[in-house]
Amino acid sequence: MSILISKDTRVLVQGITGYQGEFHTARMLEFGTRVVAGVTPGKGGTQVHGVPVFDTAAEAVQAAGATAACIFVPARFAKDAALEAIEARLDPVVVITEGVPVHDALQIVEFARRQQVHLVGPNCPGLTVPGQCKIGIMPNHLFAPGPVGVVSRSGTLTYEIVAALTREGIGQSMALGLGGDPVVGLSFTDALRMFQDDPHTAAVILIGEIGGSAEEEAARFISAHVRKPVVGYIAGRTAPPGKRMGHAGAVISGTEGTAGSKIEALQAAGVTVATLPGEVAALARAVV
Amino acid sequence: MKLHEYQAKELFARYAIPVQNGVVIERPQQVEGIALTYPLVLKAQVLVGGRGKAGGIKLASTPDEAKRHAAAILGMQIKGEKVRRLVVAEAAEIGAEYYLAFTIDRPARRMGVIASAAGGIDIEEVARSTPDKIARGTVDPFFGFHPYQARQLGRRLGLGGSLLSDFVAVATALYRVCVSEDAELVEVNPLAVVTGRPFDAAGGPRLLAVDAKVILDDNAVYRHSGLPKNEELTELEAAARAEGLSYVELDGDLAIIGNGAGLVMATLDMVAHFGGRPANFLDVGGGATTENMKQAIEIVVRKPGVRGLLINIFGGITRCDDIARGIVDARSPVDMVVRLTGTNEDEGRRILESAGIHAYVDPQEAARRVVALVAHGA
Repeated sequence: MSILISKDTRVLVQGITGYQGEFHTARMLEFGTRVVAGVTPGKGGTQVHGVPVFDTAAEAVQAAGATAACIFVPARFAKDAALEAIEARLDPVVVITEGVPVHDALQIVEFARRQQVHLVGPNCPGLTVPGQCKIGIMPNHLFAPGPVGVVSRSGTLTYEIVAALTREGIGQSMALGLGGDPVVGLSFTDALRMFQDDPHTAAVILIGEIGGSAEEEAARFISAHVRKPVVGYIAGRTAPPGKRMGHAGAVISGTEGTAGSKIEALQAAGVTVATLPGEVAALARAVV
Repeated sequence: MKLHEYQAKELFARYAIPVQNGVVIERPQQVEGIALTYPLVLKAQVLVGGRGKAGGIKLASTPDEAKRHAAAILGMQIKGEKVRRLVVAEAAEIGAEYYLAFTIDRPARRMGVIASAAGGIDIEEVARSTPDKIARGTVDPFFGFHPYQARQLGRRLGLGGSLLSDFVAVATALYRVCVSEDAELVEVNPLAVVTGRPFDAAGGPRLLAVDAKVILDDNAVYRHSGLPKNEELTELEAAARAEGLSYVELDGDLAIIGNGAGLVMATLDMVAHFGGRPANFLDVGGGATTENMKQAIEIVVRKPGVRGLLINIFGGITRCDDIARGIVDARSPVDMVVRLTGTNEDEGRRILESAGIHAYVDPQEAARRVVALVAHGA
């Protein structure tokens, strides 16, 4: 057993007949994920890569026993799909879609909170438990099972660091991409709580970036509750204020959200913070 | 997207939030025909903050004075932004000043409401020096923001009587603006107590939105028609946007391309760490094609003063062979260093090598190399 997802997780892909949905369903199946159903309204009764497609999430749960959702539908339909998945008590609900309006994200997050469903994203690469289950778009070949939990606001940077860990012979208990938007479901704090409680995780790697205060909140949580070693990296030390650096949430506003503030807070909480991403694997090696 | 003050106030007026009647002008001569009663206030319409301190807001008691101020303000530069428009409005007699805003409360993952009796000044400064003067709350998006919640907030600011009723009307309307218009921020600072114009003096003191700031959500543009085009994109920013590439202009001499926002940010940090100065930030995104890559290179090297190019690709969904073809096709006119690893790496490497381009595996080594190349070329 692992946290959030395991080899027993039965995944529903919403938007399975779209270009991204179809492509990543194939990659998830190759990884070994049990993709048991798809949903595309109007295409119920068809199949994608042998996976049955339904018109509604409720039917997918009933007929195929889906337990988790992965959403690839276009941004303007993402709220509807996410609310439907949460209503059906799929858990976790993982929203890959980029460009979801923030007021839609606020409703999705609020509904997930009410239904006590774990929401990951929007605008995230998903999550992977090596050797067991992958939900989302992380590249299959990077991972190895092991004791390090990885949590990040960035996709490619996570792949970069996971690949370095695997090269160094350090496996991962889970890699979790929280998403690059200003309003997302699971936070660093939620992930740290799960990693602290997970017997298979010995150390945590936290990959943050400029914008917001999620890393500062994580630092407070680490001080109070995390007894496992944490290694950090914060991207955007040299980013100018006021510019959105690719992610909607990666912007320094006024004096808030600077890399300096985040690094300082994490260091004060006892986190070893790497200056360059290439140092992270070696720092992890020193603590596991 | 940020709105100009006059655009934000047009929006507010549609939701019955009291604002001054103003006229937007683009040439000083236009002051002459304005049928407003002096004294007037002239306000530069710029998207950057701090225009008052920069001399972008002036009072005028006579037409001559108004014309002189208009001539001075129009065309001036405020924090690098040229003033193209001016709002001319009847000056209000301002008493107490309050602050009111709805903005995303990222930690709470809700819309937050912020109100203060210390209006008229920078709210971040109030938050630092006198945090007890700020009243905060959050809004459940399914429940909404109701008059009783606005009343509680108004009471915390010490408002009573008809001013409290005014505050409730403004606050509930402001929340409607925020949701209906898909705003990330709606702010009134100051929300001022005014007796007399633009209100009827006999009605006693009223609340007036003297300034207005609105930031609309770029992701929700499709839900709204007739939005203004405020952003003045540079030629390269416009070219990148047209290609669907994420591009930010910086002030160094080393162009940077990567895939994924976090990775590109980390690449800028690496370059700076080794003493280089990034000229720009270009994220080709996930699953970039040969054509995307070619366009990306053509855009970043067009920036004047660029003397080197670093490409940092970690192929996940993105295929290294597609990227390599784009790199070869684009023929960078400046010294280029490529880091390429991940999906279809061997094929990508072979394509580059047959064009005489070496590909690094380690991004730090690549960053150090490009910085050295540019330094030697100087």
